[in-house]
Amino acid sequence: MTAVAERNEAPEAKAEEVPSFQVTMRIARFDPDSDKGHRWEDFTVTMHGTDRVLDALHEIKWHLDGSLTFRRSCAHGVCGSDAMRINGRNRLACKTLLKDLNIDKPITVEPIKGLPVEKDLIVDMEPFFDSYREVMPFLVAKGQEPSRERLQSAEQRERFDDTTKCILCAACTSSCPVFWTDGQYFGPAAIVNAHRFIFDSRDDAGEQRLEILNSKEGVWRCRTTFNCSEACPRGIQVTKAIAEVKQAVIRGRV
Amino acid sequence: MQTHSYDVVIVGAGGAGMRAALESSSRARTAVITKLYPTRSHTGAAQGGMCAALANVEEDNWEWHTYDTVKGGDYLVDQDAAEVMAKEAIDAVLDLEKMGLPFNRTPEGKIDQRRFGGHTREHGEAPVRRACYAADRTGHMILQTLYQNCVKQGVEFFNEFYVLDVLMTGDPRTDGDVRASGVVCYELATGEIHVFRAKSVVFASGGFGKIFKTTSNAHTLTGDGPAMILRRGVPLEDMEFFQFHPTGLAGLGILLSEAARGEGGILRNSEMERFMERYAPTLKDLAPRDVVARAMANEVREGRGAGPNKDYVYLDLTHLEPAHIDAKLPDITEFARTYLGVEPYTEPVPVFPTAHYAMGGIPTNIRGEVLRNEEDVIPGLYAAGETACVSVHGGNRLGTNSLLDINVFGKRAGIAAAEHAATVELAEIDEGVEVPTVELLQRLRDRPATEDRIADIRRDLQETMDANVQVFRTDETCRKALSDIEALKKRYETVAVQDKGLRYNLDLLEAVELGFLLDLAEVVTVGALYRRESRGGHFREDYEARDDVNFLHHTMAYRTLPGEAGTEGTEIRLGTKPVVITRYEPKERTF
Repeated sequence: MTAVAERNEAPEAKAEEVPSFQVTMRIARFDPDSDKGHRWEDFTVTMHGTDRVLDALHEIKWHLDGSLTFRRSCAHGVCGSDAMRINGRNRLACKTLLKDLNIDKPITVEPIKGLPVEKDLIVDMEPFFDSYREVMPFLVAKGQEPSRERLQSAEQRERFDDTTKCILCAACTSSCPVFWTDGQYFGPAAIVNAHRFIFDSRDDAGEQRLEILNSKEGVWRCRTTFNCSEACPRGIQVTKAIAEVKQAVIRGRV
Repeated sequence: MQTHSYDVVIVGAGGAGMRAALESSSRARTAVITKLYPTRSHTGAAQGGMCAALANVEEDNWEWHTYDTVKGGDYLVDQDAAEVMAKEAIDAVLDLEKMGLPFNRTPEGKIDQRRFGGHTREHGEAPVRRACYAADRTGHMILQTLYQNCVKQGVEFFNEFYVLDVLMTGDPRTDGDVRASGVVCYELATGEIHVFRAKSVVFASGGFGKIFKTTSNAHTLTGDGPAMILRRGVPLEDMEFFQFHPTGLAGLGILLSEAARGEGGILRNSEMERFMERYAPTLKDLAPRDVVARAMANEVREGRGAGPNKDYVYLDLTHLEPAHIDAKLPDITEFARTYLGVEPYTEPVPVFPTAHYAMGGIPTNIRGEVLRNEEDVIPGLYAAGETACVSVHGGNRLGTNSLLDINVFGKRAGIAAAEHAATVELAEIDEGVEVPTVELLQRLRDRPATEDRIADIRRDLQETMDANVQVFRTDETCRKALSDIEALKKRYETVAVQDKGLRYNLDLLEAVELGFLLDLAEVVTVGALYRRESRGGHFREDYEARDDVNFLHHTMAYRTLPGEAGTEGTEIRLGTKPVVITRYEPKERTF
């Protein structure tokens, strides 16, 4: 099906005016309530200026086909709801500007890979969160609590800064070829969140986490393809974090 | 339909909900019901910091913090509540640090603190370093840290379950012995209805910024909690007070933290003048948000706006060292680059006020217990966070006090809910309590197809609210908005959803959420029309002064009983509630 819609909203004032344009969104559809199976559907919409892929999806849902289903919330890249595969690459729909893609060809939008598709662009996130929960993603501090804050130097704080930025969007894990073929693999996001605590000077459970990640489905499954680092919408150097965890496992300590 | 029984049910898994859950789940059998995954909550979008008088970098104390909160709120703050918040702020920050929150540190290794709008030493003498922070991701770190601790503690979540109705044993407007008995919800994955019976119900469901078009709020912030509670006869307090954050990215509304100004950023008009010097000579760019937002809107009105349409001003960071920007403001500068293509190192960033925060909400006392009138509580019903009105923010919330509010009053509500549950049995619920919810959904599903769209009604609502009930309001604009809302409600009664399916039917839920937004927009506007004065975030051009003689009180908006006449032809009746004044007599605000 091809449908065309005009948007009757005036273009918003932007720092730099970009003219409106037509773009075709080629979307991977799946409706669990019907027997149509997985299929592609094209929608052509008129978009404006600095609109993002999420705006195009909303335009389709709000004016052409209300059944098009996807998750989203904050719409500016901090909540992690709308990771999807856009032109074959994992990105957040709300952080991907249409004008930065080639709009002369249809823009393909698919659900992230390696997790069961529930409806259209929605996948089952539970296996992803299960792996996250397995790596003890919380501070474990032994000994008596101080009455004030625990002290930590700015350098100690900086040591794990990069991995505190994770928003659990699953863009990294679902870009990993190892994860696609082996759903048991913890995946990059879980390792990133283990890293965040392993290298926190206040934490006392590093060895336990290293033991968990030294298991069959742990860090050694990583083949260093760097897909995860490229996919991360927060710019976390995921592959580097995994390498640091591998080093720590080899040394047997942080 | 499934029925579940818990001691405590918490609605919402943002900062307030999860902070409540950490207290409640260690004391009582607790379920957290959330329409998103917990880490998607909008607490994660908060940036700048959380204030507490730790005095880690300079002299400070909780009394100054209380004073700033009261004055910032234009004396509509309940001062007993503000005092509780400022005192407990210190432990609230230390609690988070002990849970693992990675705060920025001082050279001595303590939690670092920075300046923020309206926070001062010596009762307004000069800005003070009170905001504890983690770069410009403080909300993200709070949300992650609370979720991590919920995982550690094994808190039970029902993710992507939409609470659509609250159950009580009677009508709070007429039954003196009414108490909470549970909630009805809709499971997104299956379309199944669930009834949760509970001894205590805690609402921590967030705000409703989506009544406006230009907003920093998430698409999902549709005020479900306050709207469903209003429909059941519980009043809403001070709904006319909505905060417009000065620095939203122009045209988009995406938030750029006040921390940008705390770190030295300056607002400039088209002539590159630092115009805040004229409006707030002492605090300048760090005056409270209502003052700054109005000043910006005024610059644009008087023709000193920048850009092709002269409709925004600039946030100038170009005099700051790039390394300093990267260390303290990495996320917001990336927003400017990603969404506007502006490089903050070298170019000023186009900004304009954006609808940001509801000061009003479900009325509670300092234990988080929900009020059914000026003084009586509804046993077993609690609220905390943006959805609640304690009132610690009065007419205008100070920056960082929301992250503080969710921690202090989330904790209090969680403890109170669990303690209450230990003293009572589950209330009986009637056969068929889910029927109104089932019928609501069925009506939206079954209507014949229409040309009109849910999205178009929502857009028209947001446009009339932006045009008429935003930074500047008058009798005329409020009446215009009210008549628009009435017309939109009629359209809403006939509009159909397109997706008729059971599984992941977000089309259906957007329609339900629009119903909530329409109800709340009406309450906001009725309050704005009633309040013929200017106070905090509520500014009436036809009544520019604050009027303590006639309006130094909270408003309480009730849904009318059948046959009862409402205000201005609506189904809303407005009552009032006195402001609690302890130490600080109202005086004129100067900054």
